[in-house]
Amino acid sequence: MVPFAYAAAPSADAAIAHVARRRGAEFIAGGTDMLQLLQEGVRVPAELVDINRLPLDGIEVDTDAVRIGATARMSDVADHPRIRAEYPAVAEALLLSASPQVRNMASIGGNLLQRTRCVYFRDVVTPCNKRAPGSGCSALDGENRLHAILGASPHCIATYAGDLAVALVVLDANVVINGPEGARTLPVEALHRVPGDAPEVETVLEPGDLITAVLIPASAHARRSHYLKVRDRASFEFALVSAAVALDIDAAVIRQARVAVGGVGTKPWRLPAVEHALVGHRVDDELFHAAAARAADGAEPRRHNAFKVELLKRTVERALRTVGSRS
Amino acid sequence: MSVTRLTPQREFDIVLIVNGAARRLTVDARTTLLDALRDRLHLAGTKKGCDLGHCGACTVLVQGRRINACLTLAVAHQGEPITTIEGLADGADGLHALQAAFIEHDGFQCGYCTPGQIVSAVGLIAEGRAGSDDEIREHMSGNLCRCGAYPNILAAIRQAAREAA
Ligand SMILES: Cc1cc2nc3c(=O)[nH]c(=O)nc-3n(C[C@H](O)[C@H](O)[C@H](O)COP(=O)(O)OP(=O)(O)OC[C@H]3O[C@@H](n4cnc5c(N)ncnc54)[C@H](O)[C@@H]3O)c2cc1C
Ligand code: FES
Ligand code: FES
Repeated sequence: MVPFAYAAAPSADAAIAHVARRRGAEFIAGGTDMLQLLQEGVRVPAELVDINRLPLDGIEVDTDAVRIGATARMSDVADHPRIRAEYPAVAEALLLSASPQVRNMASIGGNLLQRTRCVYFRDVVTPCNKRAPGSGCSALDGENRLHAILGASPHCIATYAGDLAVALVVLDANVVINGPEGARTLPVEALHRVPGDAPEVETVLEPGDLITAVLIPASAHARRSHYLKVRDRASFEFALVSAAVALDIDAAVIRQARVAVGGVGTKPWRLPAVEHALVGHRVDDELFHAAAARAADGAEPRRHNAFKVELLKRTVERALRTVGSRS
Repeated sequence: MSVTRLTPQREFDIVLIVNGAARRLTVDARTTLLDALRDRLHLAGTKKGCDLGHCGACTVLVQGRRINACLTLAVAHQGEPITTIEGLADGADGLHALQAAFIEHDGFQCGYCTPGQIVSAVGLIAEGRAGSDDEIREHMSGNLCRCGAYPNILAAIRQAAREAA
């Protein structure tokens, strides 16, 4: 690790002002992604501002929404009885993430902002446009089994690896951001960027922007939501493909549908064509099969990840069937 | 807007509360909790496998919750109670119930993952997640064993969980 200086933030305002003003200053929350990247020399901050002691870890559930503080831990959110009952996709996505130790440490805000697992991004001796802009993308013709089939560019094909953000997208969640210019909210769906010709810019956040909370509105489709994760190992592994599904079903007819997928896109990837194929129709396995057939529309597989195209359709179909059969 | 200024430092005099004792030490901002425990406080029972959160050899309890000591900075844990493998023994024969169960069931081969497995299992049982073999397997997934002693590890945890119930 290169030397850096550290300070615990006495207040959110002080932390924001400091990080906005100082080049090379970054926030640190649970540290579980930051420490990996520091150990590997991928990130070389000059200063780390610790936000863990700020009063941002509350989980407040009321009848029309839940507000999850940015420093709430993944394990505490996953275990919250009302989140499990009213926002099951959130609890499921978290419980299927990482390990119990990591979940006890990692925060919700840090989780959304975790960096890609692309091996070239995390290996400083190889070219990577995300880590070293302009150096090239080693994955294009390299080991790209785990890489994206949706949303890639000729400059970067790294996937967004997180699980939670995929679930939040189908629940119409917002992030609350407090920045040097004040507070604002932003749909989780608008937080991450596709790589385009600037893969090093992964989100729309500006220096000093602090995520303070995630807000999820209560809804019929949130109650009937589900997260399915398919991976190489039974546990403690990132997704090859994952699907978050939320359906509002009334008298066996689908009123509203939200479908998003992980492990396949350069950001959490919403599937409007699948949603459109579902809305207004009666719940039935053939409908789910036909809708899921649209899941890989526009996919551009590479040499080693073409298997994800079929796996994606099947994962979406299975997630839809699971939700469709829940009463 | 008038706000308190932050003054980041590279070196800190800190107090860590390890296994009930207050330990004073000077650390670089970069020092992980794992390195502080092993290299500075000479509590080498907590192991370093990967230094990246992938293996669980470095598992300790902070405020009663299991975490990876390699993924966190020592300076961030001032004043928080920390329990390492060295702090577990409580029984009449000098062993924690899980330590005794690991010996009885031969829950190791080389032993490198064992302190992490045992501390993690203490956390698991405290979380109430040792109800079935499948639940134990899932919630011990953060602790890898390169020797593949998993069946015996499972048997040891199952027994200790029953005794604790
Ligand atoms: C072994 C291992 C396995 C994993 N497996 C999975 C998995 O299967 N699925 C999955 O989804 N994730 C997985 N993860 C990733 C893990 O979920 C993230 O590392 C974690 O959620 C990051 O949260 P943190 O609080 O530790 O973030 P930190 O490491 O503290 O911060 C991460 C980034 O977010 C920034 N940041 C943190 N909080 C804020 C805030 N409030 N506002 C603005 N910026 C902020 C930091 O500056 C930093 O850039 C795994 C991690 C490990 C170590
Ligand atoms: S040494 Fe910490 S998880 Fe491997
Ligand atoms: S006993 Fe050798 S690593 Fe587990």
